[in-house]
Amino acid sequence: MGRYVARRLLQMIPVFIGSTLIIFCMMYALPGDPVRAMMGDQAYDPTVVAGIKKELGLDQPLLQQYANYMMGLFQGDFGTQIASQRPIADIILDAFPVTLRLTLFAFTFVALVGIGLGVVAGLRPDTVRDRGLLTLTLFLVSMPSFVLGFLLQYLFAFKWQVTTPTVTDSTNFSQLMLPAIVLASLSLAYVARLTRTSIAENLRSDYMRTAVAKGLPRRRVIGVHLMRNSLIPVVTFLGIEIGNLMTGAIVTEGIFNVRGVGLEIYEALIRREGATVVGIASLMVLIYLAASLIVDLLYAVLDPRIRYA
Amino acid sequence: MTIIDETAESPAPDGSEGTGRPLLEVRDLHVEFHTRDGVAKAVNGVNYSVEAGETLAVLGESGSGKSVTAQAIMGILDMPPGRIPKGEILFRGQDMLRMSNEERRKIRGSKIAMIFQDALSSLNPVLSVGYQLGEMFRVHQGMSKKDAKAKAIELMERVKIPAAKDRVGDYPHQFSGGMRQRIMIAMALALEPDLIIADEPTTALDVTVQAQVMDLLAELQREYNMGLILITHDLGVVADVADKIAVMYAGRIIERAPVHELYKRPAHPYTKGLLDSIPRLDQKGQDLYAIKGLPPNLTRIPSGCAFNPRCPQAQDICRTEIPPLHPVTERDGGELAGRGSACHFWKETIHG
Repeated sequence: MGRYVARRLLQMIPVFIGSTLIIFCMMYALPGDPVRAMMGDQAYDPTVVAGIKKELGLDQPLLQQYANYMMGLFQGDFGTQIASQRPIADIILDAFPVTLRLTLFAFTFVALVGIGLGVVAGLRPDTVRDRGLLTLTLFLVSMPSFVLGFLLQYLFAFKWQVTTPTVTDSTNFSQLMLPAIVLASLSLAYVARLTRTSIAENLRSDYMRTAVAKGLPRRRVIGVHLMRNSLIPVVTFLGIEIGNLMTGAIVTEGIFNVRGVGLEIYEALIRREGATVVGIASLMVLIYLAASLIVDLLYAVLDPRIRYA
Repeated sequence: MTIIDETAESPAPDGSEGTGRPLLEVRDLHVEFHTRDGVAKAVNGVNYSVEAGETLAVLGESGSGKSVTAQAIMGILDMPPGRIPKGEILFRGQDMLRMSNEERRKIRGSKIAMIFQDALSSLNPVLSVGYQLGEMFRVHQGMSKKDAKAKAIELMERVKIPAAKDRVGDYPHQFSGGMRQRIMIAMALALEPDLIIADEPTTALDVTVQAQVMDLLAELQREYNMGLILITHDLGVVADVADKIAVMYAGRIIERAPVHELYKRPAHPYTKGLLDSIPRLDQKGQDLYAIKGLPPNLTRIPSGCAFNPRCPQAQDICRTEIPPLHPVTERDGGELAGRGSACHFWKETIHG
């Protein structure tokens, strides 16, 4: 077990270096550069631009820039944002808790409602309520989140005025509710479907028949024997979904003007600020890697047939 | 359509009829499954009874209705699509089909227990065997977790699992096939039920282990004086343990007999065919006999005797009239206790 964890942690190093390099290259490949983006549409003097670029080290070859960036990163220096002149670490520190709140809110929603709906439908496969769930989730899966986002924003905020259209205070849960629901919708649909299928399949298994033959009450048959088996794939899926929810927050945060990492990364992309994008993206990569490691370890805890050596 | 089995009305033939009612009595049981392709009639009027301490072997091919009958007794049929349109299942004289779900649940596991064929899939893969065994005591007797665990260890020792104390926390996949089946037996035995239904308990095991498991089952049955319904398609397994045999075909009992009688003198062509298809050492090199054809489709059971398309002795009457379970007698009319054959030509088959 310990060796397995150590191996996985070591594997993270090449993954981390590789993914940051790719993001770095992609930023470089995009047309435009941060200095010109900062100047906007004004007429500018090319020598001034070249001067600023030299000062920021943006005239160096790509790999050199990358090496410089990584050197800084290992010393805990995320670099400085060009437009605002703020350290990127500060920006992340400000924005990250906001996104984390939104994500966890959405995650809770996904876990509770998704599993709940899946169980309700899966226990009675091929009935009206099962078909209803399949239709609803198909609808959620096929609807892009910006469509759902604007639709709900229009209905709840403008038409019925039950909530504010944008989030002004991210610690206010009633304001955060709408973006959380929009963010959760896709994952929720997947979780509900996965739970439903898993339950419906295990319902027919031999050990369920044994549990009934043992004379166990239905509560126990479902609650212990069925759930314990059916939730294994769901729990592992949920673990990975934390990462997806965080990246999915980019669109949702844009719609509802939530000042989280999503919005920061979006604005940095517009301004071609490589350092900011790579900083935030690397953080997400790390969260992803950590989440998948935890999921794999959890898998062994939930399913005794899986052992890591 | 239904055949009322006359022999079921007469006192039980094996002389164990002392207490009045048999432990379990199945009367004219019908089970059907409503599927997209039509109604599959899996069980069509089965009658049998088991006494305490007695072993009834139910023999038949896949799809003969032997397992479905057992599941109906246990109350673990999937309903729907399953349905019991007719029949009675009397346990100690009480019709279980009329009981409430809660009453039946309390009988399951504590009074009637079942051993399934494939122990690997029949045990819950993510719960330790100790937990699954202990669950019987916790649910039915309200025992504490700790006591239940001690009981589980005791049970595992009872079915001769070595180092039971160390293995109580292990999971089903960590045991060998034979050991897993022992755990299934231990689970069925936990509350010392009156009746155990073993549905092909040794089919998934290799031959050497089969004998061990059967011996263990027989030994425990004697010890607790339990009734045992042994469902199998293995004639070899039956010979050693069973007291009487019921042979099923297309959802009906087509022959019944005390175990050794059946082997000596089968009174139904199907039974005869089954016995002839056992490989024998003294016939090495010869072609092995096989009953030709396939078991009937249960949505379209042949008219008359269901076995007629495969029967070497079939005559016109076999295609039109369903044979009732005739009492089988000696050539001179002398009674043969407990024997019956649902064949129009049973006389020719047994004496011919």
